[in-house]
Amino acid sequence: MEARLPSMLKDAAMTALVAAALGIFIVGFRTYDVGKGLTFDFQFVELGIAVVTIFFGRLGLQLASVGLKWPAFLLGTVLGAIGAAPLRLPSTFLHWFIVLAGVLIVLRTIWPWANETMASVRQSPRGAAYGRYFAKWFGAGLLALAILMPFAPFADQKTMDLAVLILTYVMLGWGLNIVVGLAGLLDLGYVAFYAVGAYSYALLSTQYGLGFWSVLPLAGMMAAAFGLMLGFPVLRLRGDYLAIVTMGFGEIIRLVLLNWVDLSNGPAGIGSIPGPTLFGAVFAETAPAGKQTFAEMTGIPFSSNQRLIYLYYIILMLALVTNFFTQRVRRLPVGRAWEALREDETACKALGINPTNTKLTAFAVGAMFAGFAGSFFAAKQRFISPESFTFIESAIILAIVVLGGMGSQIGVVLAAVLLIGLPEWFRDLGAYRMVVFGLAMVLIMVFRPRGLIAHREPSVRLHPVRAGP
Amino acid sequence: MLEVRGVAAFYGAIQALHGVDLDVARGEIVTLIGANGAGKSTLLMTVCGNPRARAGTIRLDGEDITRLPTYEIVRRGVAQVPEGRRIFPRMTVFENLQMGAVFADPAHFQRDIERVFAMFPRLAERREQRGGTLSGGEQQMLAIGRALMSRPRLLLLDEPSLGLAPLIVRQIFEAIARIAREEGVTIFLVEQNAFHALRLADRGYVLVNGRVRLSGTGKELLANQEVRAAYLEGGHA
Repeated sequence: MEARLPSMLKDAAMTALVAAALGIFIVGFRTYDVGKGLTFDFQFVELGIAVVTIFFGRLGLQLASVGLKWPAFLLGTVLGAIGAAPLRLPSTFLHWFIVLAGVLIVLRTIWPWANETMASVRQSPRGAAYGRYFAKWFGAGLLALAILMPFAPFADQKTMDLAVLILTYVMLGWGLNIVVGLAGLLDLGYVAFYAVGAYSYALLSTQYGLGFWSVLPLAGMMAAAFGLMLGFPVLRLRGDYLAIVTMGFGEIIRLVLLNWVDLSNGPAGIGSIPGPTLFGAVFAETAPAGKQTFAEMTGIPFSSNQRLIYLYYIILMLALVTNFFTQRVRRLPVGRAWEALREDETACKALGINPTNTKLTAFAVGAMFAGFAGSFFAAKQRFISPESFTFIESAIILAIVVLGGMGSQIGVVLAAVLLIGLPEWFRDLGAYRMVVFGLAMVLIMVFRPRGLIAHREPSVRLHPVRAGP
Repeated sequence: MLEVRGVAAFYGAIQALHGVDLDVARGEIVTLIGANGAGKSTLLMTVCGNPRARAGTIRLDGEDITRLPTYEIVRRGVAQVPEGRRIFPRMTVFENLQMGAVFADPAHFQRDIERVFAMFPRLAERREQRGGTLSGGEQQMLAIGRALMSRPRLLLLDEPSLGLAPLIVRQIFEAIARIAREEGVTIFLVEQNAFHALRLADRGYVLVNGRVRLSGTGKELLANQEVRAAYLEGGHA
C-alpha cells in the first residue's frame, strides 16, 4: 500500500492544480463597484484554502477507495474539525466547504463497511427481528415527536412555519403515493388538484361565507371530480405518455386560473381568505362582527403563535388521515387491485380486475387528498394566486415520492424533511444552498437508487412459517 | 360447457383466427396444439374477450359471452393462467394468491388457500417470499394456484410448460390432471409440448394457420401420422 502513496499524492496534486486553474478566475478575482466603474481585487487566500482543501479531499477519497480506512477517516475528521473550528477564514462559505469535504471523506470511508455490517446484521434472524421492531417503533416515535413538537422549547415561529410547510408536503407526498407508488401511474400534474382544492376554499369562503370545515369535504370532492376528468382521457396511456398528458393537465388548470379573471381574479389572486376556526372561534386579536376569538372563548390570553399551532395540528391530522387511509386501503380489494395494476396490467385483466375502474379510483382518491391539502394551503396563506401552482410544485412532490422510495410511507416523510427542510435550514449558505440541495439529491440517487426506503412492506404478515403441510 | 362457433379474430389488420369451431364439455381436459403463430394463444385470449371475436359466437353454459369484457367473463367462473405466468413479482406468494381471490367469497378463502398449499407444498414453504424471487417452476405453480383461488369452473392454461425443465414439466402436468380429476375443474389447455398435452387430454384440436385442422381424442391424435410428423418426431425422444 505504501508504494502507492506517491501516485496518490501525484493524483491529488493534479486535481488541486486543475481546481486552481479553473478557480483562479472564478474565485481568485473579485470585481467591485468603485462609483465610476468596476475594478477588481485579488482573493488568493480564499483560492489557496480551497485548493489545499481539494488536495486533501482528493487524497482522502483515494485512501478510502484503496481501503486505508483509518488514515482516510482521520483525514476526514481533521478536515471536518478545521471547518467547524472558530478560525477566522475570509468567508463562511469556506467553513462549509471544508466541513463538506471532511464529511464526504468520512462517508466514503465508512460506507462500504457500514453497508457490509448492515447486510450481515439483516441476514441474521435476531438482526431481522430487531429491524422489524425498529421499523415498527420508528413510525410511532416520529408520530409522538410530531404531536409534542409545538411544545418543545425550540419551536419558535420560524420552526413552526417550516414544520407546517413540511407537513403539507408530507400530506401531498402521501396523496401522490397512492397514484404513483401504489397504482404505478406517473402523474406530473398533481399540483392541479392542489390548486382546485385551494381555489374551491378561497371562492366558497370569500363569495359565500362558508367556513373551513364545511368546505373541506367539498374541496375534496371537487378535486376528486377533476381527478376523474383527468382519468378518463388517459386510461389507455402509460409511462412517458401518461406523464406528458398529466403534466399538460396541470398546466391547463394553471392557465385557466390565470386567464379566467371573472372566476379566479386572474394573476392578482384571491386575498383575505378567512383562516380555519375552532368551534366557531377565530384566531385573531379582534373578532369580526358576530364571531368570538379563541382568547375570548377559552380565556387563554391571545398570542400570535396560537394560530400557527392550530394550523400545525390541522395539517398533522389531515396528513395522518391520508396515511391511515392508505394503510387500510392496501388491505382492501381496491388497494390490492391498485398494487396489482402497477405490477402487471395483463395479469390483472386475467384475474377479473376492471382496469378502468381501478385507475379512475386511484386518480380520484389521490386527487381528493390533494384537494384537502389545497384548501388547507389557502386557509393558511390567506392569499392564493396561480403563482403557487406551477409545474415545479408537481416536480417537488414527485421527487419526494421517488426519493422516499415509491410506495413507502415513512420514506415520504424522510424525503419531505430532506427536500423541504434542507433548503430552508441551509439558508445561511445563500446562493450555494441549491448546490447543497443538488448534491444531496445526487448522493441519494447514487447510494439509494431505488429511494430512501425501497423495501415494500407486505400487506399481510403471517406467523413464522412452518414446514409445509 | 364452452362452445366456440366460427370465431374470427384480428390483430389490427392481420387475421389470426379463421372461423374456429371448438367444444369443451364439463369435466373434460381439452388441449389445443399447434406450431408457433398458429393462433393458439389468440384463441384462448379471445375466449377471455381480449381481443374480442370479430365474427362468430362464444358460449359459456349456453350464455353468449362473445361481447362481454374480460372481467365479466372471469366473474362467470373462467380463470386464466396467462402465457409467461404473469405473477406479481413484488408481492409475496400469499398476496399473489389473495389477488386470485379478489372476487371470491371471503368465507372460503382459508379452505381454498389450504387446498392450493396441499397441491403445491413448495408454495406453502415460500408463502412470504416475493413472487419475483421464485424459480420458473414455482412461479408456474403460483400462477395456477392463483387461478384456482377464484374457484373456477373452467380453467384456461396457456403454455404452462414454457421454459421449464422436463422434470418440472411433468410435475405441472400431474398437477393439472389432479385439478381435473379431484377438483372437477374443466380444463382447456394450450400447449406446444404436444406429447405431454395429448397424453393428458381427453380430446385435442390441432390448429394450423388459424384454422382447426384435426380433432380427436388424445390417443387418436398421438397415433396420427400427420401429428407425429409435424409436432412429435424430433420434438421429443
